[in-house]
Amino acid sequence: MSEETGTVYTEAVIYSAAEAFAAEVPFQTAIVTLDSGGRVTGRILGERVSIDDRVSRVEIRDGVPFFKKVG
Amino acid sequence: MEAGEKCLANGHAAPSQVDAFFLGNFAGPSFAGQNHLAPYISTALGIHGVPATRVEAACASSGSAFYHAYTGVASGVYDIVLVVGAEKMTSQPTPKVTEILAGAGDCAGEVKAGSTFASLFAMIARRHMYQFGTTREHLAAVAVKNHANGALNPDAQMRKVITLQQAMAGKPIADPLNLYDCSLISDGAAAVLLAPVERAGEFTDKPVRVMGIAQASDFVALDQKPDITTFPAVRRASLKAYQMAGIGPADVQLAELHDCFTIAEIIALEDLGFVGRGEGGPYTAAGHTARTGERPINTSGGLKSKGHPVGATGAAQICDLVLQMRCEADARQVPRHSVGLAENLGGSGASCVVTILGTV
Repeated sequence: MSEETGTVYTEAVIYSAAEAFAAEVPFQTAIVTLDSGGRVTGRILGERVSIDDRVSRVEIRDGVPFFKKVG
Repeated sequence: MEAGEKCLANGHAAPSQVDAFFLGNFAGPSFAGQNHLAPYISTALGIHGVPATRVEAACASSGSAFYHAYTGVASGVYDIVLVVGAEKMTSQPTPKVTEILAGAGDCAGEVKAGSTFASLFAMIARRHMYQFGTTREHLAAVAVKNHANGALNPDAQMRKVITLQQAMAGKPIADPLNLYDCSLISDGAAAVLLAPVERAGEFTDKPVRVMGIAQASDFVALDQKPDITTFPAVRRASLKAYQMAGIGPADVQLAELHDCFTIAEIIALEDLGFVGRGEGGPYTAAGHTARTGERPINTSGGLKSKGHPVGATGAAQICDLVLQMRCEADARQVPRHSVGLAENLGGSGASCVVTILGTV
């Protein structure tokens, strides 16, 4: 898996989730503008992020990218 | 059923006069386990033999059904068309409803990442706040205003006045949106009878005319949109509808806007050209969209208070405008009501129908 970094375009913290995610609340999702181009919706691990924060992709689970704040 | 029967009765129309039936319904098969809903409902209404078609465009399903019914009448293929919008949502628990609604998003991307519709609109709100300085107070002002209207609507699901403090302090659903920013989970139906202008007098002495109507589309996935603080489908549909009606935004006297979440009403004000980009929040907080304001918005209570049975919403918006235009809105009646606009949004902006109605 190549290093993928980007910038948070927007984010939300979910408290009321669909059935499949109900056990995980609260969790944060974000749309990330990738340095390699394009945008992707992913999950945030660890510290909460805000718009313009720099993030790095730490893993992909079942096609979903998980990001962590860097710097 | 009740909506369809009431509509035919109000129009003194016999089921045998109906040339075609269009049903707006988002997820009947998921909510209620019943497919093939159009003839299921049309035959229950006593309408037999004619085309019966279900239209699905997420929360814009019955706006789209109305649009397609309109094109059928305008082209001369049909004369009398019945449009029903219907959704039954409350038989499922909230997490299941949330999951079914999420099916209007991109299931291979944003939904798989855990997004709900509240969270998609929360991301939109967050970006709108960042770019334009929209505040939590602005969002709450939409909820307070729509609840005040809905409290006067006998057909509203939640007839409850709320204060700005209450609206600010709701339990978080998808931060920055709380409970009071979200529309309701509802059962409901609405029906509209369409006829050519020259035949409208057979059914009512207070006909309302479709001055302009258009439907537009856009990406389903929010992350594919270059700018999520505006809905290009709303802009495109409204421009076409204004052009067809021969009017501009300033001529619209009242509107029913798709406030599935409070931020959606703020952005609709901007995309419809009622105010400039970023001005929707301050315009609402200043009271201009109140019943007594210069441009009353959602005198029905909106999706927020009247309720949001998703597939019924577009048709319900038309019904609410018609009530105002016929001076039958009782305590909610506004003085200027000769040109009304309905904006019905599907998903996070992938479908939009804009309808402009005028008193004949």
